[in-house]
Amino acid sequence: MKRRNFLVAGASAFLAGCSKIGDTLWFEKLVDGAESWHRGLHRALGGGRITMAPEYDRSAISPFFRGNGSQTVDTEDYAAAEAEGFANWELTVDGLVANPMVLSMDQIRSLPQRTQVTRHDCVEGWSAIGEWTGPQLSNILEAAQPTGEANFIVFHCADTLSGSDYYESCDMDDAMHPQTIIAHQLNGEALPVRNGAPLRLRLERQLGYKHAKYLTRIEAVASLDGIGDGYGGYWEDRAGYQWYAGI
Amino acid sequence: MSKVKKRHALSTRLWHWTNAISVIILFMSGLNISNAHRRLYWGNDGYAVEQAWLEVPRFPGWMTIPDYYSLSAARDWHVLFSLVFGFALLAFMISAFTNGHMVRDIFARAREWSPSNIWNDIKEHAKFNFEHGEGKYNILQKITYSSVILILIPLMIFTGMVMSPGMEAVWPWMTDLFGGRQSARSLHFIAAWLLALFFVVHILLVIAAGPIKHIRDMITGGKEETGERP
Repeated sequence: MKRRNFLVAGASAFLAGCSKIGDTLWFEKLVDGAESWHRGLHRALGGGRITMAPEYDRSAISPFFRGNGSQTVDTEDYAAAEAEGFANWELTVDGLVANPMVLSMDQIRSLPQRTQVTRHDCVEGWSAIGEWTGPQLSNILEAAQPTGEANFIVFHCADTLSGSDYYESCDMDDAMHPQTIIAHQLNGEALPVRNGAPLRLRLERQLGYKHAKYLTRIEAVASLDGIGDGYGGYWEDRAGYQWYAGI
Repeated sequence: MSKVKKRHALSTRLWHWTNAISVIILFMSGLNISNAHRRLYWGNDGYAVEQAWLEVPRFPGWMTIPDYYSLSAARDWHVLFSLVFGFALLAFMISAFTNGHMVRDIFARAREWSPSNIWNDIKEHAKFNFEHGEGKYNILQKITYSSVILILIPLMIFTGMVMSPGMEAVWPWMTDLFGGRQSARSLHFIAAWLLALFFVVHILLVIAAGPIKHIRDMITGGKEETGERP
């Protein structure tokens, strides 16, 4: 009985210790380091080539593409936009760019399109496969011409979760990646509301929470400081999720 | 002056204790991650009840790191110790194959595979006699250690790498090897429990075989036993 008490006491001290360590600044630094290590390894093992997320045949498409997080945008403006089939939705491209632009849905649809059947992996663990269509972000950025100081692209969204604006960001490497597209179609149809109508980001080498929905604005920035709480995204700010979600 | 040969090489001991810590942290943070989506699937995709082959129970706080539900905090621990676990295996593999430990002590000789030797070993284990067999380890130990080192731990690491989308883009063939991302996730879960089973049985057998001597030897290295056994 004594030994058992000793084991239970030891185990709970270990757990309490882990939770304590988890709250310290040095542990935060350590896990940030691990995140960079993973990212560095992914880039290094890629050996300079552009690594691609797997693409599938249309026959692999999931019967239903689940919506997660925001399922709609709870504003009158969005309801009005939805009622007119998002005909007047606009995407602003600004920040550290030589040519700031406002793109209409027609302009987005008239750009060269990329269609890709890819797998969406939620951080929770589930996966769904869908066919996405839209212009490559690299094409849009080449037209907008980010300045030399631009290190990140920030994606601003129309939706809010728990009272805060959803947003996401990525580095220029992922922004210019051929599979990074601004999707307006899922499985050959206009994007459903639960999946981010009318525009959502596809950032195929990272987990689902990076794929910002209900896009309104793309902003080139030098640093993520001063945007939201400065961690580069809604879930990064709110709950400490990794900014590099390629892990 | 002759140097006393150690029973366990320094590389073996370092790896052993690094693994002890890593496995506990990875397993317990993994159970917290499992709580985020408690269903397992085969193939590449899966999210609905009807696609699942297993509904996983919710693991209570005393089994998880941290001891409350937090997917992001559990991922921090998991992502950090996955690097420790992976690179420690790589370092151990390099040293164990170059210093001869793997071939000399872990791999069984052809004659040890005879049914009579295996049966005899099972009987000795049943009698709680563990100090027998050819070389440092008996045949059951050799089978167990080689399966864990060469199959189970690499399976853990590679199925984990498949689930990392950035890593998957580097080596997409890994995903196909395991039959898809959700299959890799299922195998990761199964392998984790097999490793936990090994962990428990290993500790019970150390306790049965003399915990003070065995734990001390795994810390200090101990002395190589030479000559005939009594």
